[in-house]
Amino acid sequence: MKAALRVDHGGFVLDIELAVEPGQVLALLGPNGAGKSTALAAIAGLVPSVGTIELAGRTLDAVPVERRRVGYVFQDYLLFPHLTVLDNVAFGATKAVALEWLERLGIADLAGSRPAQLSGGQAQRVALARALATSPDLLLLDEPLAALDVTVRDEVRSSLRGFLRDYAGPTIVVTHDFEDVAALADEVVVIEAGRVTQRGQVRGVVREPASPWVARLVRDWAEDD
Amino acid sequence: MRRRSFPPLLWIPAGIGFALLVLPLVGLVVRAPWAQLPGLLTETAVAQALGLSLGTALVSTAVSLVLGVPLALVLARSSDWPTVPRRLVRALVTVPLVLPPVVGGVALLLLLGRRGLIGQWLPVTIPFTPAAVVIAQVFVAMPFLVLAVEGALKGVDGRYEVAAATLGASRFTVFRRVTLPLVAPGVAAGGLLCFTRSLGEFGATITFAGSFPGTTQTLPIATYLQLQTDPDAAIALSLVLMLVSVVVLVSLRDRWVPGVTA
Repeated sequence: MKAALRVDHGGFVLDIELAVEPGQVLALLGPNGAGKSTALAAIAGLVPSVGTIELAGRTLDAVPVERRRVGYVFQDYLLFPHLTVLDNVAFGATKAVALEWLERLGIADLAGSRPAQLSGGQAQRVALARALATSPDLLLLDEPLAALDVTVRDEVRSSLRGFLRDYAGPTIVVTHDFEDVAALADEVVVIEAGRVTQRGQVRGVVREPASPWVARLVRDWAEDD
Repeated sequence: MRRRSFPPLLWIPAGIGFALLVLPLVGLVVRAPWAQLPGLLTETAVAQALGLSLGTALVSTAVSLVLGVPLALVLARSSDWPTVPRRLVRALVTVPLVLPPVVGGVALLLLLGRRGLIGQWLPVTIPFTPAAVVIAQVFVAMPFLVLAVEGALKGVDGRYEVAAATLGASRFTVFRRVTLPLVAPGVAAGGLLCFTRSLGEFGATITFAGSFPGTTQTLPIATYLQLQTDPDAAIALSLVLMLVSVVVLVSLRDRWVPGVTA
């Protein structure tokens, strides 16, 4: 997946170039309001943008959301409250495929539950299963751990890492937490106020942070470890 | 915590207001000829009026659902329209709520009567037929449904629709599988309000559809006419209308309309 986009972000114009290969996880890291989620929404076609997006041999610029084949896991998951877990996952797939994903993610026993009955970690898995069941060419995760209680975040993060390793397509994860970057990502792009301030492998960013904000984030992460 | 103050003098108007609302219904129940009720309700004229009213109210509710839900969706999604047309459309949809129903009947005659704006071009005659009863009921009752559904639509988190689109759903699929189920309680409440308003419709119906027994003489019209010739039958019909209203009120209670609680 390659994208070169300009997106109106209210106060400023987000100007960003991204590239991520199948099987790779790219983290979009940045402070709140930097434009990371807007970039994700633009790739999915949820907000208007100027530029080009190439995905699996297709140019997505004029392709509407429903035909982009982009799986999206929202920050608060947005599971349909009127549907069971199985029907949520089967929304964009057959029931057989949905059941298969529920089993792969270890939540088949929740098939008949309603979203309101799920814990944060369970809801996240259901949202992931729902996105993956549509066989997307690209998987987008918007702050996938932010809605979770701190006490379960480490456990959910580690299981998420396992699931993402199994996914063969390219993945982009938006986060403001370096712990997520270190655990989930192969490469990282740092966005601050709509501009890319650093890009490269996670190890490189840890060694040589390019901005005071990243340096502080890396230092705090290293101290916590 | 100290009780919120209530001036004792206000008990008097409050009590009179309450009595004004409740005592007529008490009178109806007390004076009802309970012993003759089964016989009265099975009289041909009464049974005809009851059957016609229930039938036309059901049809007009169905028509209102088919036309009113999309209209509510248009109103709920009109926030990016220019202000003037947006307010004008909403005002026009609301007009039948405040318009005297007789005026609605006259307006329908002028539109769909044999010499009406549209009626003169139609191959069939609409006034004074059961179709006219349904049209009069839809005219008067559909705004209740539209406003109830529009309110429900405004309360739905639009991001669920976005999530559905990312899963490959077309706009119509999103409407059918996400939007509509999420506003189902509002649709049900609007449908019930629409049904009861249709069942009680009098002014527009008698003006546009007349009062032909078995064809256009609905329950409220039959009640009014019976009062002059057979008061016991009129009371029996009134009880039926009241019973339907009570059933609807109980159905709506706290389940479907927030705020309407016992």
